[in-house]
Amino acid sequence: MEAKADENKYSIIIPTYNERLNIALIVYLIFKHLPNVNFEIIVVDDGSPDGTQDIVKQLQEVYGEDRILLRPRAKKLGLGTAYVHGLKHATGNFVVIMDADLSHHPKYLPSFIKKQMETGSSIVTGTRYVKGGGVHGWNLMRKLTSRGANVLAQTFLWPGVSDLTGSFRLYKKSVLEDIISSCVSKGYVFQMEMIVRASRKGYHIEEVPITFVDRVYGSSKLGGSEIVEYLKGLLYLLVTT
Amino acid sequence: MKHIVKIMALLVALSAVWISLLQTSVLPKSQTWLLPLYFIVSLGCYGLLMVGVGLMHFPTCPHEAILLQQDVVEAKEFLKGKGVDVGTD
Repeated sequence: MEAKADENKYSIIIPTYNERLNIALIVYLIFKHLPNVNFEIIVVDDGSPDGTQDIVKQLQEVYGEDRILLRPRAKKLGLGTAYVHGLKHATGNFVVIMDADLSHHPKYLPSFIKKQMETGSSIVTGTRYVKGGGVHGWNLMRKLTSRGANVLAQTFLWPGVSDLTGSFRLYKKSVLEDIISSCVSKGYVFQMEMIVRASRKGYHIEEVPITFVDRVYGSSKLGGSEIVEYLKGLLYLLVTT
Repeated sequence: MKHIVKIMALLVALSAVWISLLQTSVLPKSQTWLLPLYFIVSLGCYGLLMVGVGLMHFPTCPHEAILLQQDVVEAKEFLKGKGVDVGTD
C-alpha cells in the first residue's frame, strides 16, 4: 500500500478569477494538509485584473515552480474549458478539481485520497448532504432551492450520488479526460453533467463528506435565470444520457 | 438506453396495468379512472415531503466557519513571513 502510494501523483487544478488572496491561502492549506503526498497545483487564471498571477508567482518562489504551475488564459473562457486547459498540463495520474474561494477546504483532500485507495474507485466526489458534511452561510431560500433541485434530480435522473452540483472531486486522469470531452454544459450544470455521464458510463464513484462554507453570507444567490438554466440542464441530461 | 426511454418504459408499463384494471374491473370503474390522478398527486406529495424533510435536516456547520477563520489567520501569518503579499486587511 505504501509503495503504491508513492507512485501516485495528484494534479490539483484550480481555476481562478480575481482570487488574489484566496489562492495564497488555499495553496498554504494544501501544503499543510498533504505533507507526504506527491502533488502539483495547476492554477488556471483567466486574466484576473486584481493581480492573482503576481501572487501565484510569489507562491512559486516559496514552494517551487515544479509544485505550483501557472497556466493562465487571456480572458474569462468558462469553467469547463478551464479544466480542459489545466488537464493538458497535468502530469499526475490523478486529478483533483476544486474551487479557489475556500468554500472547498483542502483539509478534506486526505480523505479523498484515502477513499480512492481503499476502494480503487475512478471518481471520489465530495458531498455536503450526508453525515459529517454540511453547508454554512446559506439562507432559507438558498437551502430550499438546493433541496428542490436535488429531489428533482434524484427522482428523474437516478444519478447514484447524493450531491450532484458539488465540484470538489478527485478523478483518475484517464477518466476525467474521457468524460470531459462529452460535456457541453456551463456553470454548475457542467458539474452535474460530468457526474451523471460518469455514472452512466459505469465508472465506480465513491463519496466523502465535505463541508461547504460560504464566507460572504448570502453571496451565492440563486435567481430565476439560474433555476431556468438548471431545469434546462436537467431536461438535457434526461434526453442525452 | 437514454434515461428518458427508461422513464417512458416505466410509464408505459404503469399505463398497461391501469388499462388492464379498467378492462377487468377488479376495482369499481369510477375509482380506476382516477388512479392516474392519485399517482400524480402522490408523486407531488412525495416530492414536497422530501424537500420538507431535507430542509428540516439540512446539515449545517457553523463551527467550520470559525475553524476556517483561524486557518485564514494562520495562513496569512505564514505567507507574510515568506514575503508573499497577502495584504493588510
